[in-house]
Amino acid sequence: MDYDNEIELVLSSNPKNEAVARVSVSSFIMELNPSMSELTDVRTAVSEAVTNSIIHGYENKKGRIYIKCAIKDRTVYISVEDRGVGIKDVEKAMLPLYTSKPELERSGMGFTVMQTFMDSLEVISEENKGTKVFMEKSISKEVLNETLI
Amino acid sequence: MTVEFSKAGRLLIVIMNGDLDHCSSEEIRYKIEKEYKRINAKNILFDFSNVNFMDSSGIGMIIGRYKKIEINGGKVAVTCINENIRKIFEMSGLFKIIENVDDKNEAIKKFSMGGF
Repeated sequence: MDYDNEIELVLSSNPKNEAVARVSVSSFIMELNPSMSELTDVRTAVSEAVTNSIIHGYENKKGRIYIKCAIKDRTVYISVEDRGVGIKDVEKAMLPLYTSKPELERSGMGFTVMQTFMDSLEVISEENKGTKVFMEKSISKEVLNETLI
Repeated sequence: MTVEFSKAGRLLIVIMNGDLDHCSSEEIRYKIEKEYKRINAKNILFDFSNVNFMDSSGIGMIIGRYKKIEINGGKVAVTCINENIRKIFEMSGLFKIIENVDDKNEAIKKFSMGGF
């Protein structure tokens, strides 16, 4: 697709980079003047995807996380990819409250949050190859302040 | 994220400042456990006044504390959560086991009455 704007980020799988990813993607979509709620939805979804890559993809070992973010018209396209262990059963992993690591105090809500906060979510994963998460969200048109019209 | 503690009887009040994500949950978890033991607390109140952002890792951390202290009859409450954080709490069904209170005084009152 011929996007209006794009960015690519490569982050090491350091938990500190969860915040870096959130802030970077938030800044990138600011040009669309999203509402506070839309901005937080995107920020939260990105945080969930990056956290999954760190904890599950790389199991807290060193690796790189590849984030692409693009805008076309008023839709935001985001992919988050790792080259980690992959997911054996994607369908099961996406079930609310399911976690493969109960010993780590995980809520099992990561994919559910991504699904709820974004318009679409697609997860492609292969064992020992890695996982790629695609998400889309359209940002509503700016609401004009009626007093100014 | 930084965390400060205060107490009211055997209620430990955890005042968090910053984003509550996987990274910061890991950081504050041990501090909370340590303080909980140090002051011989029973219940915990998480004060979200200075938390603008939380993802599902925060839910995991709070459920984790709940599971540890409920064995001894301890309860967990939260206060001052913003709209976005409320959405995540509701989504995960956390309000079934954790009370959302208006302020510290309501928590003290409810805990002392053995409420929830």
